[in-house]
Amino acid sequence: MYDWPLLSLLIWLPIATAVLVVALGNSHESLVRPVALIGALATLLLSGLVYLGFDTATAAYQFQERVLWIEAFNIYYHLGVDGLALPLVLLTTLIGVLVIIGGWTIEDRPHLYLAAFLVLEGLMVGVFAAMDALLFYVFFEAMLVPMFLIIGIWGGPNRIYATVKFFLFTFFGSVFMLIALIWMYLQSGSFQITDLHQLPIALEAQILIFLAFLIAFAVKIPMWPVHTWLPDAHVEAPTGGSVVLAAVMLKIGGYGLVRFSLPITPDAAATLDWLVIGLSLVAITYIGFVALAQSDMKKLIAYSSISHMGFVTLGLFLTFAIARNSGSLAGAGLGISGAMVQMVSHGFISAAMFSAVGVLYDRVHSREIASYGGVANVMPWFAVFAVLFFMANSGLPGTSGFVGEFMVIIAAFHANFWFAFVAATTLLLGAGYSLWLVKRVFYGEIGSHTVAGLKDLHTREWVVMVTLAIFVIGVGVWPFPLVEMMEASIAELLSHIVESKIK
Amino acid sequence: MSIKALILLSPILPLLGSAIAGLFGRQVGRAGAHWVTILAVMGSFALSSYVAWQVFLNDLPTLNYTVYTWAVVDNFNLEVGFLIDSLTALMMVVVTFVSLMVHIYTIGYMHDDPGYQRFFAYINLFTFAMLMLVMANNFLQLFFGWEAVGLVSYLLIGFWFKKESAVKANLKAFLVNRGGDFGLVLGVAAVAYYMGSLDYFEVFARAPEVSDLSVNLMGDASWSVMTVICICLFIGAMGKSAQAPLHVWLPDSMEGPTPISALIHAATMVTAGIFMVARLSPLFEQSPTALSFILIVGSVTALFLGLIGIVQNDIKRVVAYSTLSQLGYMTVALGVSAYSVAIFHLMTHAFFKALLFLGAGSVIIALHHKQDMREMGGLGRYMPITAVTAWLGSLALIGFPFFSGFYSKDMIIEAVKASDRAGAGFATVAVMAGVVVTSLYTFRMLYLTFHGQTRMDEHTRSHAHESPWVVTVPLILLAIPSVAIGYFTIEPLLFGGVLADAITVSPANDVVAKLAYKFHGPFEFGLHGFVTPVFWLAMLGVATATYVYLFSINVATTVKTRFHWAWQVLDQKYGFDSLYQKGIAGGSLALARVLSTWFDSRLIDQLVVNGSANWVGRFSALTRKLQTGYVFHYAFTMIIGLVALLASFVWLR
Repeated sequence: MYDWPLLSLLIWLPIATAVLVVALGNSHESLVRPVALIGALATLLLSGLVYLGFDTATAAYQFQERVLWIEAFNIYYHLGVDGLALPLVLLTTLIGVLVIIGGWTIEDRPHLYLAAFLVLEGLMVGVFAAMDALLFYVFFEAMLVPMFLIIGIWGGPNRIYATVKFFLFTFFGSVFMLIALIWMYLQSGSFQITDLHQLPIALEAQILIFLAFLIAFAVKIPMWPVHTWLPDAHVEAPTGGSVVLAAVMLKIGGYGLVRFSLPITPDAAATLDWLVIGLSLVAITYIGFVALAQSDMKKLIAYSSISHMGFVTLGLFLTFAIARNSGSLAGAGLGISGAMVQMVSHGFISAAMFSAVGVLYDRVHSREIASYGGVANVMPWFAVFAVLFFMANSGLPGTSGFVGEFMVIIAAFHANFWFAFVAATTLLLGAGYSLWLVKRVFYGEIGSHTVAGLKDLHTREWVVMVTLAIFVIGVGVWPFPLVEMMEASIAELLSHIVESKIK
Repeated sequence: MSIKALILLSPILPLLGSAIAGLFGRQVGRAGAHWVTILAVMGSFALSSYVAWQVFLNDLPTLNYTVYTWAVVDNFNLEVGFLIDSLTALMMVVVTFVSLMVHIYTIGYMHDDPGYQRFFAYINLFTFAMLMLVMANNFLQLFFGWEAVGLVSYLLIGFWFKKESAVKANLKAFLVNRGGDFGLVLGVAAVAYYMGSLDYFEVFARAPEVSDLSVNLMGDASWSVMTVICICLFIGAMGKSAQAPLHVWLPDSMEGPTPISALIHAATMVTAGIFMVARLSPLFEQSPTALSFILIVGSVTALFLGLIGIVQNDIKRVVAYSTLSQLGYMTVALGVSAYSVAIFHLMTHAFFKALLFLGAGSVIIALHHKQDMREMGGLGRYMPITAVTAWLGSLALIGFPFFSGFYSKDMIIEAVKASDRAGAGFATVAVMAGVVVTSLYTFRMLYLTFHGQTRMDEHTRSHAHESPWVVTVPLILLAIPSVAIGYFTIEPLLFGGVLADAITVSPANDVVAKLAYKFHGPFEFGLHGFVTPVFWLAMLGVATATYVYLFSINVATTVKTRFHWAWQVLDQKYGFDSLYQKGIAGGSLALARVLSTWFDSRLIDQLVVNGSANWVGRFSALTRKLQTGYVFHYAFTMIIGLVALLASFVWLR
């Protein structure tokens, strides 16, 4: 079975399902949802096969497929996954199923809605599996289109503003990346990412390339101060859109940093690491405060996402500061592992929190915290899940939210006491905005007549909540398999980035 | 079954019990829920006792082993594992015994509550978390247990989540504890960095290598690494063990049902900080500076927070401030390197304070959930068992000779006197003065509740009666160790070297050893207790309370009016609450709003992001006017351009 082109299947099966779903369209509306679900489930199962067949002992790219695509520019349709890509691929296929289940009740053109998500899923897998930089770029840009449609068609009242902002921001960033890629192609004659990893580049050029990548990926993550598109996009997006955006799309920025910036321009990264570390610490504290002031649940979670992604960028760029501080690399792997775990964990937790807001929004049609109060009285089971997820968001040990942050804080201490000090403020800020929301929405007397009439979770919502809870707790209690999956690739990355590429 | 399997079962049983009662509460019903959870804790207590028997009487060597590997990353082996030695065994028995008593008691206390099953699920879960904390053999698991007990505490303080005061209190408790955890995480990170491991034994082994290192944190001031590590870790303990100024959450935690006040906020969870410092004694011994810091914090807590107890009218709050003060005593003991004495007082306090809380709860049941002592009085007649056990607990608390609290508290005072650590002089005054304060508020509470005139309304009085057996039996079972445990355990615990395998004290600091030659057995020590100044200080408090609250209650009012300023200082709890509420919480929120509105929305988003978009828009609106679509406009423009070009050529020539 492993000689099948599994990665291609993971990309094209959802897209083919999307085509089928659109074709079924209005004529066979009853089939649309089951077919979409079957497609997503089949993709999930296939990704499970990839997981089972994946050899964690090696840093090599596995399940490779390579076909010449555009001969004139030496561009290949080249796929493969290593320990850094695979966890994110698995996250994508899991979230892919959950958003189909979550989008079951959409009534406005459900076939197009579900198809957009399936296409998006395939393209996102493509981003993580691409080994050719131009192929990566194509997936990276293409994925904007379905998300653009999802927010623009099924979004809230101010959706056009939000979509245009979202599109311009990300597009603006990626243009710089394209220029950098073309420059490197002219130098090396190849778009293959592993070739680019080997390409010697002078420091000045490295810095320019590094900044180009940083702009592209910082917008995606998003990092302060290019983050303001995210709250708007989340607020206007339908629940499924928010889930995919927070759970997977933001991770593409972090993945880009670890796949491109660190290995291609290590010297520039070592020179400019203060910039990324500084912006990360600003994200953790400043954005933490901003989250505290939000009165809209989705905005609050959006800011929380930015703050938590600060741990990703911090963890990834601690290596050089650690080397400077202690003269050894002990702790650097902890930072990068922590960053990667944080990405996966945030995928689960943000998906769970946005789904939880969706549960409330479907019933009450309000995102305002003030519209609620005492929800635990009428939806006790929902409250159990919500408390779990918001606790996970505030980094409770035993949940996945703790693992990455803990590792990054320890790694930060290896670099500088004050990095760890500032990063650890998340213990207070994260708990502050998460639990204050819980208090205002779930606890207290029943807030209104609308809340009084609420019904607890129904079966499909149960499925989504239980699935995410299993992963949130599973990774928190036993992160071993996840960490092990990445270990070899992170060691390889570390050995690569400490070698100068200046020739 | 091997002993390791039995040990593992000890925390697993309550975890399972909690899962059954919590997830299937409706299916198992009320009786099912309490049976499942009580049997789980009973099993856990039996196993803990077996382990203790093996450790204390059969000399089971220290067990230190991994249960499973949590993660392996970057040469760090992060594991879940157990360290079973005398300290662990002692804590396991105390935790599971008090937990069992509270479980049984809860049947009576929560009898009419709709959240019956949920409550049992929580306290079972708590037992699991607390066991994981005390059984840990590494910092990661310590932190897990630490935060897990905090979670359950949060859930239980907010158990009646409709009550606004309860959900305020639980948020406050969690956040203040997070303030402590902030220090703890930094301490753990420091340990990871300097010792390269999170395993207790590996860290202890490497501690001497680190003791000479120093670090510059700010400017040129050089700090000993050990001091930084220990103070950071102790800040965590200050949160959990409610030491000033991180104590503010504990009195408010009384919003939770009384059984958990006894279990979590008196006997077990709040002593986690004390336990941690004792467990990490090999580290703390390396830093006299940190120990002095601990000593001062403990002294301040012991005296000044005890004082607040005198002006409280809510019976539970009196006991709560008493708990703060007693935790201060334990901290003082830690500060003079008398770790074993701290653990000894932790144990005796667990029994008599759980007893006092459950006694207060019994009164509260009788009065239909009234807690104001001004509406009590004379209850001894109606509830004799509660009154007698409360008396026994109170005598233990004030340190009356031969009662358990006498042995532990007197040893703390003796240890402080014998110590030459910086701050010991202040500490001596604080703990001696604390004795008067303790007996004053304790007897004030006894008299106002059980003696004197009845001050409740007729309806309440006519319904007041002794609580059912599920309530009184735990009281009696807790009264026994409250009276006797000190007498029987002081010698082995402090002078018999029972805790020597778990606690490290450098010979120069060993005040307990200095006291050993003065100690001639518990009976002698008890007799001698009647002639010490400490005893007369305690009697001074008792006499004052007796005079004022039994005979001439008007004196209290007179004192209150004459020394109104002092009363106000105590009633305002030295202003800590308003400082936190207005200063820190309010200040953070105000800052958050300013950052959100002015910085994020207006400056970054409106001005920079949308501003540049608008600028592009305006520019293109201008240029768009050039694109009129009329051919003659373009033709005209071309002609103008041509003329201008030609003109420039001519001109520049």
